[in-house]
Amino acid sequence: MNLKSIYQEVILDHNRKPRNYGTLDDANHHALGHNPLCGDRIEVALHLEGEKIDRIAFHGESCAICKASASMMTANVKGKSRAEAETLIKEFREMVVGDLDLEGPHHLGRLAVFAGVRDLPTRVKCAILPWHTLHAALNSVAMASTEATENSAQTATNA
Amino acid sequence: MKIVDALLNTNTFSPSELATRYRADFPILDICVNDKSLVYLDNAASSQMPQQVIDRLVRYQTAQHANIHRAVHYLSEVATHEYETARRSLQHFINAREDREIIFTSGTTESINLVMHGYGRKFIQQDDEIILTNLEHHSNIVPWQMLAEEKGARIRVVPINDAGELLIEEYEKLFNSRTRFVAITHVSNALGTINPIKNMIAFAHMKGVPVLVDGAQAAAHIKIDVQDLDCDFYAFSAHKMCGPTGVGILYGKAHLLESMQPFKGGGDMIASVTFEKTTYNTIPYKFEAGTPPIAAAIGFGSAIEYLSKIGMDTIAAYEHELLSYATEQLEGMPGVRIIGNTRTKVAVISFTIEGVHPHDVGTLLNQEGIAVRTGHHCAQPIMQRYNIPATSRASFAFYNTKAEVDALVAGIQSVQKVFS
Repeated sequence: MNLKSIYQEVILDHNRKPRNYGTLDDANHHALGHNPLCGDRIEVALHLEGEKIDRIAFHGESCAICKASASMMTANVKGKSRAEAETLIKEFREMVVGDLDLEGPHHLGRLAVFAGVRDLPTRVKCAILPWHTLHAALNSVAMASTEATENSAQTATNA
Repeated sequence: MKIVDALLNTNTFSPSELATRYRADFPILDICVNDKSLVYLDNAASSQMPQQVIDRLVRYQTAQHANIHRAVHYLSEVATHEYETARRSLQHFINAREDREIIFTSGTTESINLVMHGYGRKFIQQDDEIILTNLEHHSNIVPWQMLAEEKGARIRVVPINDAGELLIEEYEKLFNSRTRFVAITHVSNALGTINPIKNMIAFAHMKGVPVLVDGAQAAAHIKIDVQDLDCDFYAFSAHKMCGPTGVGILYGKAHLLESMQPFKGGGDMIASVTFEKTTYNTIPYKFEAGTPPIAAAIGFGSAIEYLSKIGMDTIAAYEHELLSYATEQLEGMPGVRIIGNTRTKVAVISFTIEGVHPHDVGTLLNQEGIAVRTGHHCAQPIMQRYNIPATSRASFAFYNTKAEVDALVAGIQSVQKVFS
């Protein structure tokens, strides 16, 4: 699938009608992801019931690739366990940097449309930002530690 | 070919023919990107190189290269001669009084850092003030912040209006008894605004304050006369004006350069060295430690000759015509907003498209073979001023055509169609 068709068929749908867009009043984990290179900034908030992500939301200012990635990410990890989410984070990251064999076994499903981003090095960070932010949220303690949370998300983005 | 030759032999031609005449000199403009003819509109980031400069680099490297100011052998003498000839080309290009007022650096950023270290660290003290403007590139902000932090000095900033013009009354109000230095850009890289630097310099001098001008975005587009401007320092890079990367100059008034401490220590910047004491060389060599980018400096000289042959006034006239045409076209497009619409601009158009993030604009235009810059353009304070995260920027050179403006308009329409 070439890039223009990715935009036309998938990304724009999620850009126009992002799923799980907004804030979450009873979130017990959240993180702010920031890409200082382009100014993208999104916040991911989730409610972890035991090990299960039972609610998740995101909001922020970003390009269409980042927003669509966040929208599809939240739709995918909702109802999944923390471990399953971490697997998706790892696979998504490998895919967009070209380290994942999409012919082999993976759990990405529809998220594989983002594979085309690997040909656009300058846009890889846009696609990956929501996933880094989710990872930071899952590994942060709670909403109290916003400073540390933001720092860890920023570090992750720059990695 | 005959038509081109005929055109070249006449001095009277309409500016609109300029691109047609000189475009063929730039081999890279013929390439295809994503199966489309390249439309290169990122000249403010870096311009392209004509065959004449490429050939000059090849000739230097194949027949003239050795280290300079060192040996008595043939090649060293030739290389030294060519390097110093390039310095004199630069001197004449900006009408500097003497060739020793031209220092080769790695580019504008290093030139500014040289002044920060050589002048700023010596003459700026605690509680002193440095005036910058809201239109500065990060390279004319960060060095001064580093100095201010080290010395306990303060940065004062000249604000802009919605059109992207400096508020000169506010500038004048910033001066007080602690003002020690002014560092201003000649042309805004993000918006294209040409600042009224001659008057600003005159005002600063009335208060006894020296002025550095960041000319990175100006030198390729406007005729520069440092004696007429009376600036104390003027900095620019070769790669934005048809030359190679890795070289630029700092112009400085001789008496100021002489009063400054060296920036880097090493070979060639000394008169004599013992382990007890080093005596520094005279200017410009005091500031050119180590082996300089000899080939790039000679290429820079060649680029200057190339531009001078066309004539900076001719280039400015044509680019103005191109800017007017592009502004008219883009202003007529629904959903397109031009950021920075002063009438005194170089051919730079920063714009946003309603509902589309600039990075998506850049990626989709690239699909059409169109190269623009997207982002904050290393000028985050400007983005903060307009409360936008980023813009898309089309920046033109004299080899761009109206047909390329039309391609940009069609490209923007195709972006809007994807997002409709």
